[in-house]
Amino acid sequence: METQGGYLSTLLQIEGLRTQFFTSAGTVKAVDGVSYTVEEGETVALVGESGCGKSVSALSVLRLIPDPPGRVVDGTIHFQGQNLLELDEEGIRHVRGRQISMVFQEPMTSLNPVLTIGLQLTEPLITHLGMDDSAARTRALELLGMVGISDPKRRLTQYPHHLSGGMRQRVMIAMALACEPKLIIADEPTTALDVTIQAQILELMKDLTKRLGVALIVITHNLGVVARYADRVNVMYAGKIIETGSARQIYHNPKHPYTLALLRSVPRMDQPRKDKLDPVEGQPPDLTRLDEGCAFRPRCRYAAERCAEAFPPLEPVGNGQMCACWRKDDLAGPLREAS
Amino acid sequence: MSVETAAARAAETPMPGVARGEVLVDVKNLVMHFPITEGIVFQRATAHVKAVDGVSFEIRKGETLGLVGESGCGKTTTGRCILQLEKATSGEILFEGQDLTKLDQRSLVPVRQKIQIIFQDPYSSLNPRMKIGDIIGEPMRVHKIITDSAERAARVSELLSVCGLDPKFADRYPHEMSGGQRQRVGIARALAMNPTFIICDEAVSALDVSIQAQVINLLEDLRDEFHLTYLFIAHDLSVVRHISHRVAVMYLGKMVELAVCDELYDNPLHPYTQVLLSAVPIPDPEVEAQREHKIVKGEVPSPINPPKGCVFHPRCTLAVESCSKEVPEFREIRPGHWVACPLVG
Repeated sequence: METQGGYLSTLLQIEGLRTQFFTSAGTVKAVDGVSYTVEEGETVALVGESGCGKSVSALSVLRLIPDPPGRVVDGTIHFQGQNLLELDEEGIRHVRGRQISMVFQEPMTSLNPVLTIGLQLTEPLITHLGMDDSAARTRALELLGMVGISDPKRRLTQYPHHLSGGMRQRVMIAMALACEPKLIIADEPTTALDVTIQAQILELMKDLTKRLGVALIVITHNLGVVARYADRVNVMYAGKIIETGSARQIYHNPKHPYTLALLRSVPRMDQPRKDKLDPVEGQPPDLTRLDEGCAFRPRCRYAAERCAEAFPPLEPVGNGQMCACWRKDDLAGPLREAS
Repeated sequence: MSVETAAARAAETPMPGVARGEVLVDVKNLVMHFPITEGIVFQRATAHVKAVDGVSFEIRKGETLGLVGESGCGKTTTGRCILQLEKATSGEILFEGQDLTKLDQRSLVPVRQKIQIIFQDPYSSLNPRMKIGDIIGEPMRVHKIITDSAERAARVSELLSVCGLDPKFADRYPHEMSGGQRQRVGIARALAMNPTFIICDEAVSALDVSIQAQVINLLEDLRDEFHLTYLFIAHDLSVVRHISHRVAVMYLGKMVELAVCDELYDNPLHPYTQVLLSAVPIPDPEVEAQREHKIVKGEVPSPINPPKGCVFHPRCTLAVESCSKEVPEFREIRPGHWVACPLVG
């Protein structure tokens, strides 16, 4: 794969990121030592269940964590060589929307209901690129055409409530692309949409990011969406990345018991029906009460004594794949049989 | 997959109750139009939302019928009409041979014990001020099934353990529980009445994948143990395939296809069913890379003013001129396989 050839440069490098929320119930370690990189033009997926820290880790990149109660307590986030965590408010404003933009899950709540589509779409062009009104309008029309919205002229004067969910998400994508950013972070971009509209939006995003060479971090809990989309996959559990690798490695040769359990728990349409599903037993952990051991241990069918002592480091297992499990070497056989 | 293999596989997998059991629920030509009104003192209907527009199907005892479709297709309204939570505009809903639409509130009470519903959102469907024990016990108290409070508490404990929860949860409040645990409480509440028929309205959609599988397994175990019949309403096609014996597909208030589960998934006939199935991403990058993705153009039209003729024709790749004029007949192409499209089969 291109990205492993090393001739593309690293766009985003996150090292040892820790984001915590200080609440009355205790300190929530939402993101607890996460490191990953995004190459130029690459699509990276962050996968995991609710509360695993995937959204928080992405919001931390743009410094969008509400403080209080939350704070990035440790780590560095280098974007094109610059540490985003050291920028002042003015500095980060020039990055947000200009160099890194976001597509949120809920197109209903993330567009301003009292401003026209035109105003919301031209705003970043005027603020960031210093365009005048007519140039911004021309560019806005071009963007709406690019994301497949019919009759763009009329749309500019309409309000978000005039548009359907799928159309709103297209507008969100147009806004994200407006200033030709290097990186787009899409937080559950299709979760609120119907399956046929989801397919349309996924196809659109895939096509546009490829064509414009934009890197993409896609955050999702839907394993199918990841398979259709991503070059690299980071699997998160309880604030940590527990496995990372190419999409093919993660789906065909998972090394972490959680990754395998997650893959096995979804019914698949391309395989014969099973009598019973194979769920991950137990409940996700309480992030205020994590001990020093592996957080997945209470639900892991391979847990050993050692798993309670310390959290396993994320270590290479070959061909760029990495896994955080004490038993990754002796589990290689059993996991392959089970998958 | 070819027709032969699909049919062969359908024959191989014996499905208890299907085609053999007696009909439990028989919905005939169900229509539910919601009026859009104008005026405050003198209200007049200016238009109608045609949420369900002539839907017929039957559910046999012990069977799970999956009902799929996108938002606004009328699948939830269909479920609510069966339960008499909405008064249908027209049509018949026969439950154990009795037409529910003709019953008054008082005569509905005994029927309501036999039909229960599990809702989608485990956060808003439990009263936050009631303890779990009271939530599960309330239907038994209201219907005077168990009047003694100690007996009722014992039954609540039993129901909690049946649903895989610790009986001590009875003294807790909903906010102390996770989404998966709350959904189990919703299931326990439905079971409290010893129902014969349960409508699961997106019962697992709000749950995380690992928890979703737990709840699906629970629903299947309960179905076998208590001989339950389910109407499983969901938009997740892979989940519906897993749990259902037969599957019905709805689009814009109409039923477009109905068949035995494997037959529908292996050999979908209606163009809408085909795009719907093709839109579901499969969690395997290699399969995804090779798969042909049929992307349907446009969006679902408004149910206030649905297209004339076949409701799917503006988005359909097969559509010919007559599709915009004639409403397609819902016909049985092969035994048990119904489709509303004159161009296929």
